[in-house]
Amino acid sequence: MLLHLIKKEFLLEFRQKSTIGGVLVYVIGTIFVSALCFKGHLDKPTWNALFWVITLFTSVTISGKSFLKETGGQALFNFLHYSPQQFIVAKTLYNMVFMLCLSFITFFFYGFFIKNEVQNLGLFFIVLTLASSGLAGILSLMSAISSKASGNFAIMSILSFPVLMPLILVVIRLSKQAVDGLEWAGVGFDFIVILLALNVLTIALSFLLFPYLWRD
Amino acid sequence: MKYGYKILSVLLIFYTLIWGLLNSVPRLDILNETIRNVYYHVPIWFAMLFMMGTSFVYSIRALSNSSPLLDTKAFNAAIVGFFFALPGLATGSIWAKYTWGTWWTFQDPKLNGVAISILIYLAYFVLRFSVEDEQKRARISAVYNIFAFVMMNIFIMVLPRLTDSLHPGNGGNPAFAKYDMNSNMRTVFYPAVIGWVLFSVWLFELKNRISVINTKLDE
Repeated sequence: MLLHLIKKEFLLEFRQKSTIGGVLVYVIGTIFVSALCFKGHLDKPTWNALFWVITLFTSVTISGKSFLKETGGQALFNFLHYSPQQFIVAKTLYNMVFMLCLSFITFFFYGFFIKNEVQNLGLFFIVLTLASSGLAGILSLMSAISSKASGNFAIMSILSFPVLMPLILVVIRLSKQAVDGLEWAGVGFDFIVILLALNVLTIALSFLLFPYLWRD
Repeated sequence: MKYGYKILSVLLIFYTLIWGLLNSVPRLDILNETIRNVYYHVPIWFAMLFMMGTSFVYSIRALSNSSPLLDTKAFNAAIVGFFFALPGLATGSIWAKYTWGTWWTFQDPKLNGVAISILIYLAYFVLRFSVEDEQKRARISAVYNIFAFVMMNIFIMVLPRLTDSLHPGNGGNPAFAKYDMNSNMRTVFYPAVIGWVLFSVWLFELKNRISVINTKLDE
């Protein structure tokens, strides 16, 4: 059932090629504008901050719409056929995979148009993976809330930015270590543990809280 | 007896306001006399956290029980807590001006945490105002409140312990930590905490009575 739901999400996404294309244009456009503005004069902390700001805004834009489709007859169908837990887990997993691909694409174009400052690539990829799954987890629930509230985009960003801050701050600090090329021995592993814990906590909370948003 | 805790809270607050300025404090580097701020700044934050915790508990109860009063109480507690955040911020900022030399610094995780917490609760209020239907608003805002409270606690409890901070009590700075407070200070600090928390409960009760009267008037 769960796999079925995830498959449905992917099918819907790929059938509507306009959304995927739109996302790619959004990412590349943002990076290109930043590249033109900075013209290569970026020091490492700015490089790091700019990358995560772009990722943050992209992920809020992408995940913001993930529950907007579920209205009217579609919502009724889902309500009758799936349990809320299955539904939120499927949405979150789908968003995680999507965000993961997207953040790697962002990183590729960011490195291509601006430059690649990362010296410890392994650590950076770990951070990228954990960050995008954490972002996807939090934003799936926030998207569900905002779609129930009124569905406009302003509410989505107002709700998401403050609750994303703990995650973003840990991510930025860890990614700074990757950019500086810290040896593995010097890496702050408690930050990685915190990131993992945040991921687990978010999914657990969505799992517990989403059923209350579901019935309407 | 009904007025007991209200009288107690006023007495305790006045006692700490006066005796907090008169009693003797240990002479510590940098802090000196400003350590007295521990009698005003810290208890106000405790009262705020207590109210946010109350709001959290009422939100959990509002999820399992669809009575609109529980949701209103969660909102009232958040409003009262928010009201306490402002003097907490002001006392901290004035203190920082005289000890650190600046009103605000982004180097300190506790200060960032507080700024984010205030944004979280502003978002909670915006969310509440954007939903018209009472039942729906109760559920949606309770879900957000629970999630936001957990995130806020990670921010202000967990993250500051991971990094160095200028804040007293962190990173080896002389402080409000238990080693720096002598028994003389405790005779003011603990009554202050109790006094401000009771005061917040009093305000909370008042807000609840106003809400009940308003719903009666609407009917």
